[in-house]
Amino acid sequence: MGLLIGMRQLGRDLASQKLRTFLTAFGIVWGTAAISLLLAFGEGFHKQILVNSAGLGENIVIAFPSLTSIPFEGLGKGRRILVDEEDIDLVEKGLAGISGEYADTFKLLYNTRTLPVDVSGVRPVFGDLRNLIPQEGGRFVNALDELDKRRVIFLGNELAKEIFGSTEPVGKTVMLLGSPFTVVGVLKEKTQDSSYSGRDKDKAFVPGSTFRALTGAKYVDNLIFKATGTDATEGLKADVIRVLAGRHRFDPSDKEALQMWDTTEGFKFIDTFMLAFRAFLGIVGSLTLIVGGIGVSNIMNVVVEERTREIGIKMALGARAGSILRQFMAETMLITIFSGAIGLLLAAAICAVFPEGFREFVGKPVISPSVGLLTAGLLGLIGFLAGYFPARDASRLDPVVAMKL
Amino acid sequence: MSVLPRRRNGEIPATDGVVIRMAGIRKVYDTGKVKVEALRGIDLVVHRGEFVAVVGPSGSGKSTLMNLVGCLDTPTEGGLADARNRRVGFVFQSFNLLPQITAFENVEMPLLFGGVGKRERQARVTELMDRVGLADRMEHRPTELSGGQMQRVAIARALAMNPDVVLADEPTGNLDTSSGGDIMGLFEELWRQGRTLVVITHDMALARRAGRIVEVRDGLILRDEPTGSVATLREARASHG
Ligand SMILES: Nc1ncnc2c1ncn2[C@@H]1O[C@H](COP(=O)(O)OP(=O)(O)OP(=O)(O)O)[C@@H](O)[C@H]1O
Ligand SMILES: [Mg+2]
Repeated sequence: MGLLIGMRQLGRDLASQKLRTFLTAFGIVWGTAAISLLLAFGEGFHKQILVNSAGLGENIVIAFPSLTSIPFEGLGKGRRILVDEEDIDLVEKGLAGISGEYADTFKLLYNTRTLPVDVSGVRPVFGDLRNLIPQEGGRFVNALDELDKRRVIFLGNELAKEIFGSTEPVGKTVMLLGSPFTVVGVLKEKTQDSSYSGRDKDKAFVPGSTFRALTGAKYVDNLIFKATGTDATEGLKADVIRVLAGRHRFDPSDKEALQMWDTTEGFKFIDTFMLAFRAFLGIVGSLTLIVGGIGVSNIMNVVVEERTREIGIKMALGARAGSILRQFMAETMLITIFSGAIGLLLAAAICAVFPEGFREFVGKPVISPSVGLLTAGLLGLIGFLAGYFPARDASRLDPVVAMKL
Repeated sequence: MSVLPRRRNGEIPATDGVVIRMAGIRKVYDTGKVKVEALRGIDLVVHRGEFVAVVGPSGSGKSTLMNLVGCLDTPTEGGLADARNRRVGFVFQSFNLLPQITAFENVEMPLLFGGVGKRERQARVTELMDRVGLADRMEHRPTELSGGQMQRVAIARALAMNPDVVLADEPTGNLDTSSGGDIMGLFEELWRQGRTLVVITHDMALARRAGRIVEVRDGLILRDEPTGSVATLREARASHG
């Protein structure tokens, strides 16, 4: 039987069995859409959590040097620990990156405008650690800036908007501490769900060397560092404390002297949470698949029963068992492809009209076509197997027996 | 249409010129509670080019016999050299048209399975529908046809593949005398072209137009004799090889 003829007959047969075609298709559409949506929202939610937390930086540790709380080697408690660039150079080895942060609030001038701005003096690596990604055409503080104590400034996006409005800030000069600073970059908008000294969008960043030279600051307000891998963080925290404790003579077990905020703990929680969330989605998805599969296979079963007579007649008219089964297969495939596509489109449409307002919390649902196709394929396969064997049995019956069934 | 579905046990070799050979065929329907012995030992030989009418009262086993001859069913017992490897066209007593497709498509079906090209199918179906007087009913569904019209569609379908052997079960059962006669005329024409025909009928007048009458009663052949009303078998076979 030619392919075209086969297709024509197939279309006709499908059209003549409207209800059952519809039911089978509906089962696959529903299953595909439900599972795609489930996973899309799960994925979107996960990404959103990560984006929100990554606003501060991924897997970084923030350390705040402060007062000792335990006497050590004859030194009383309540001593301030002062960390400088030399300390940073000492502990730098073995870390993925470390930067001190010198912070203060200064008046910033541009044209006739004056506003108070939180300014941080940092090393170039700070940008990577804290996810300070520049908008197109800009850059963060770089190694040469730091080396030459250049007067360059990187602005938070909100701050830039406040100062410059719709004018392009990069290349412009602002006055800070009585010196002209060239704007080299503006922060690309990001979501940030936590901070330790205000949101990055409202802040300004300059090279640490410039900051020290202009203000006379010698000691960092805090340190930011990151291990090469999440697993190494614990050990490196201990290393940093050990080195600094040795140099500044405080008890390494003193939790107050160098307070640490380890954001990897948050990430670990998110990982565990997501694992549980995924397992939940997996169970719901599997149940949907099972229920859908049972539905589809039941329908296919009925279909074959209904069509046993038809199969008998066709056999008596000279059809081969093979061509009957092939037609059956083609029908199932056609239904699967169409319904799977509709299911995916449906899911995509729902994602598309998903209100913008919710995105900050549950994220933007991301459809995974491969999951949708897999689901549709699986449901199709179930339906096919459920129909194939009875159809094969029917085609093996004596035609008269099949016709009378 | 050509080759019949499967080979079965109990097959006996057909000698040259023999289309149907049945020896000691029994068919028992086991419905669970009761066993119906529809055929109780049938011996029947039909040669190529014969025109056989099968008559007998209702329930005597005629349809059962036809199904076995056409390899559409398996005998419970007995040897069968059947019409396998020949093209067989069936006209079923209950028509067995596919309800969801048109009369045209029903007639086209065996041609589809036989791998006949579109153009040829179109021509063949049109010609056959015309022959059975249904040229204006081609796009009708079986449910939109009368009993006699359905029967004629079934006949057209049986003839679609130009079968060597036609097995027809009450092909005129739903037709008035005149259209029944027309159909019988069609069969005679097929026979004259050298085909083998086995036609089941209640109508003795029509049966007498065949070359041979086989009377079935209670699952046995009661009578099997030539009618002499048509050209003799020998003549028929001589002129058509
Ligand atoms: N599938 C079946 N299951 C059980 N019994 C059957 C079956 N088919 C036929 N029979 C029985 O076998 C016997 C012969 O039936 P068959 O259909 O061959 O009769 P028939 O001679 O064709 O009758 P009619 O002239 O009414 O068509 C009948 O008694 C019938 O009840
Ligand atoms: Mg009958």
